[in-house]
Amino acid sequence: MKTFEYVRPASVSDAVAAAAQPGAAYLAAGTNLLDLMKGGVSRPNRLVDVTHLPGLDRIERLADGSVRIGALVRNADLAHDAEFAKSYPAIAEALLSGASAQLRNAATVGGNLLQRTRCAYFYDTASRCNKRAPGSGCDARLGENRMHAVLGWSEACIATHPSDFCVPLAALDAVVEIEGRAGRREVALEEFHRLPGENPERDSTLEPGELIVAVRLPAAARDFAGHARYLKVRERTSYAFAVVSAAAALRIDAGKIADARLALGGVAAKPWRARAAEKLLAGHAPDATVFRRAAEAALADAKPSGDNAFKIELAQRVLVRALTLAAAGTPKRIPALPASPFSSAIGSVA
Amino acid sequence: MNHSISLTVNGVRRDIELDDPRVTLLDLLRERLQLTGTKKGCDRGQCGACTILIDGRRINSCLALAVSHDGADIQTIEGVARGDQLHPLQAAFIAHDGFQCGFCTPGQIMSAIGLMNEGQAGDDPERIREGMSGNLCRCGAYSGITDAVLEVQTGLVEAKQRRSA
Repeated sequence: MKTFEYVRPASVSDAVAAAAQPGAAYLAAGTNLLDLMKGGVSRPNRLVDVTHLPGLDRIERLADGSVRIGALVRNADLAHDAEFAKSYPAIAEALLSGASAQLRNAATVGGNLLQRTRCAYFYDTASRCNKRAPGSGCDARLGENRMHAVLGWSEACIATHPSDFCVPLAALDAVVEIEGRAGRREVALEEFHRLPGENPERDSTLEPGELIVAVRLPAAARDFAGHARYLKVRERTSYAFAVVSAAAALRIDAGKIADARLALGGVAAKPWRARAAEKLLAGHAPDATVFRRAAEAALADAKPSGDNAFKIELAQRVLVRALTLAAAGTPKRIPALPASPFSSAIGSVA
Repeated sequence: MNHSISLTVNGVRRDIELDDPRVTLLDLLRERLQLTGTKKGCDRGQCGACTILIDGRRINSCLALAVSHDGADIQTIEGVARGDQLHPLQAAFIAHDGFQCGFCTPGQIMSAIGLMNEGQAGDDPERIREGMSGNLCRCGAYSGITDAVLEVQTGLVEAKQRRSA
């Protein structure tokens, strides 16, 4: 690991000032950053430790019915906050399906958004990677790429964003609160992460030196609490990234879908909101036919980036299954195996 | 530049001068405090051998910079037994053959204590297995590990039921 200067600011404004210089990086739990630094993939010359900043570790219910989650709230604390989990069950389930208990105890909300969009070639400093070394090429494009993107990818980069948490956040219209030298701004989570295009070295729309201070969910996100699920297909039952995942949230009124929210994980460089599919569902009774039509619409623009054509059909099936589970109703308690298609709490495998 | 931090490790306050900000809690425990019970497996947050408790919560000490944890209350495997009296989980791991080579065992036990502190798994074997998925065992002693944790958890659940009856 390259050495660095360690600074511990006392306030958000001090932190933003300390991170203004080129090569500076914010340190929260470090569960992704330290891993990347140990491998020589990330090489910051200054770490600005934000973990001691006051006031960023709270979950606040605001007067307008929205909820504001401080950037330093730990993933496990958010998932196990009983009121939060009841209001936003798909988010709690997604959080608990991610990483391991040890990592969830450390990893923060802001850090989860900023974990790198990555693949094995990004981690391997002997490989060419446009994200790690801009302009060097992409060894994933003709390499081992069955886990890679099928939506929104470019010739420069085909990596996927690994977050589970961000998938239901995108579906439920979360907003990211950002502090920078020019003051505070907000951006929809759906617009927060970038597609690679010609500049895959930039994962997000965050400008250098900007700090995430909170993630906010609008009041309307709670209207889906009765029919909200996250489903994640992975190559082992626990502690693995998604091959494909989906968040599905429905508002059902008099036997018909009044409103739907859908997003996919594991398919693109960002959590993939499926708005066309949402529109298609509205007004219909929840059944397999309309679910399949919605799933086909969600993947209409998908194309393989390598040996991953299977993901296009898989993503459609995961969407249908997530919609079926959501329509059946949110379980009283998060299943023993969160988001797993093998979970005993949701009956037999379809 | 040196950084002064103070930690409480197994109930004892330690004031430490760090001459390098790159030192992880894992390396600090093993190389500076000679507490080598906490193991370095992958050093990348994937195997769980380095699991310790900070303020009662289990974390991977390999992915925690010491300098960032000034003031932390740390418990390691060395702080688990009371003299010669084993922690119930230590005794249960022996009774159920919850190990073969033993390298992952300190991390498994610290993780299981963390799991109990979290209070989410109860006596459900499926929730225990899921909750322990951040600890790998290369010898494959998983069934013994689950049985050991389950036995201690079942005892706790029954004791709680007796108290509320």
